[in-house]
Amino acid sequence: MKKLDLNKENIRSAVIFLSPALLSIFIFFFIPVVAAFIISFTDFDIYSIGDYANISFIGVRNYSRLFQDVLFWTSLKNTFYFVVLAGPLSVAVSLFAAILLNSKLVKFKGLFRLSYFIPVVTTLVAVAIVWRFIYHPKFGILNFALSFIGINPIDWLGDPNWAMPAIVIMAVWKNFGYNMIIFLAGLQNIPSHLYEAAIMEGANSWQQFKSITLPMLAPTTLFVSLITMIGFFQLFAEPYIMTQGGPMNSTLSIVQYMYQEGFRWWNIGYSASIAFALFFIIFIGTIIQFKLRKDE
Amino acid sequence: MKKTILHIFLIVTSIITLSPFIWMLSASFMADGHANVYPPIFFPDAFTLMQYRNLFTRLNVSSNFLNSLFLSITVTVISLLFNSMAGYAFAKFRFKMKDKIFNLLLSSMIIPAQVTMLPLFLMLKSMGLINSYYAIIIPGMANIFGIFLIRQYAISIPDSLIESAKIDGANDFQIYYRIILPLCMPILITLALFTFMGTWNDFMWPLIVLTDNSLYTLPVALANLMLEHSKDPELMMAGSVITIIPVLIVFLFLQKYYISGIMSGGVKE
Repeated sequence: MKKLDLNKENIRSAVIFLSPALLSIFIFFFIPVVAAFIISFTDFDIYSIGDYANISFIGVRNYSRLFQDVLFWTSLKNTFYFVVLAGPLSVAVSLFAAILLNSKLVKFKGLFRLSYFIPVVTTLVAVAIVWRFIYHPKFGILNFALSFIGINPIDWLGDPNWAMPAIVIMAVWKNFGYNMIIFLAGLQNIPSHLYEAAIMEGANSWQQFKSITLPMLAPTTLFVSLITMIGFFQLFAEPYIMTQGGPMNSTLSIVQYMYQEGFRWWNIGYSASIAFALFFIIFIGTIIQFKLRKDE
Repeated sequence: MKKTILHIFLIVTSIITLSPFIWMLSASFMADGHANVYPPIFFPDAFTLMQYRNLFTRLNVSSNFLNSLFLSITVTVISLLFNSMAGYAFAKFRFKMKDKIFNLLLSSMIIPAQVTMLPLFLMLKSMGLINSYYAIIIPGMANIFGIFLIRQYAISIPDSLIESAKIDGANDFQIYYRIILPLCMPILITLALFTFMGTWNDFMWPLIVLTDNSLYTLPVALANLMLEHSKDPELMMAGSVITIIPVLIVFLFLQKYYISGIMSGGVKE
């Protein structure tokens, strides 16, 4: 009898403890996801905002329009270019930094870790503005610094060939500290006797890295690659602040295109289909990453 | 020898990493036009606070600052309460479908937030909440990552502690605020830090739902200011300093919680 009462009590408090969070997640996250999916099959536009009666279902027309939309393909291409360049670069730089900082030789570890990490916590919009001036072709400190090693001024944000690489450099600078911390945690979990045994067998640093560090870090690397990829596919503020998608749409990203279509031109149905294209790409990317790791 | 080279490398790369901030700070103390010279000067020849004065008087950035502060604190407090309650329930309660619901939540973390933005905007618009603080606060009241973080931490609290409190006649609420909350303090600080900084730094959502300059958060105000002042690096750097300094200070004081939060999230996954 007593047991039954306890259970009842348990369920009642479970409901009380869970409902604030779960209700808000349900109403303000799950319902919008489903609604966005439905909207992506409609012609919801500026005329429908005032009167929902103007909405009609148009099947997959938004999605078929995506395939013919040159601007969408441009944004897709740019975003992939960004992810493929910045993703591996960011993971490599953070792994390198983590290995250096993990060395027993390093003094003032905390200080170096902090310097590498500070860009992570600072406001993206503010640092994007700072970098916009750093990239200034005439007065920017980057071109000034490069002049010492004999590199002629580059019009970083004004040249369609350089604008995306410029955003990549800034994104890697902003993000590598985060992954570095995760790699540091992973490195500290590798038992030191593995290295000791390898040294006894005469393995050099590179061999140790290849046959101990990399394999032991594989789960960490998968996690880091995943969150980096997912984050980078959502590129928005950097081009919004630094280039507005230009020059010649060379930095227009998927999210920026979705924002323009949805919140500037109010082509809400079409914009929803862009959002789902992004979701689909991230989903496929995640599956591919898991598959690649399993095969190894 | 090896040690010296390593340290030189670390020092040089640290300085390079921090140089954007050093330049930002020094340019913010320059008079108009002094950051637009070649070769660039790294330290102001005549130190002035005119950019900051300009921001706070003529451009009224103080209201944006207060908006950011108010919203970040409010979202942090509410979401900390909701997430910790749910995290505790997922960690310690026994009820039907618990694991199913939790796994559904976890797997939906892969859905990018941008997917929800259009319907969420329409929803808030129909409630008359666009261009109000509510448009930021309401969608931020709870989040899956926060629930996950607390649940992972609370699950390691021994059941015996909870059982003995129950025997002493404590109900679930008393257990929650007398046992769970104090024991979860480190992870609560971590989550508070993540939420505060996440809300402070957020850009896209405030850009969408806030249309009135007086309601803008700092990042939105800054982006807006950039449109008119793209040729005024000194003023824009002062704005960037004001935006960055508060989160930087909060982070520096509590960095150990932030770092351990990333580590626990990263390793356990």
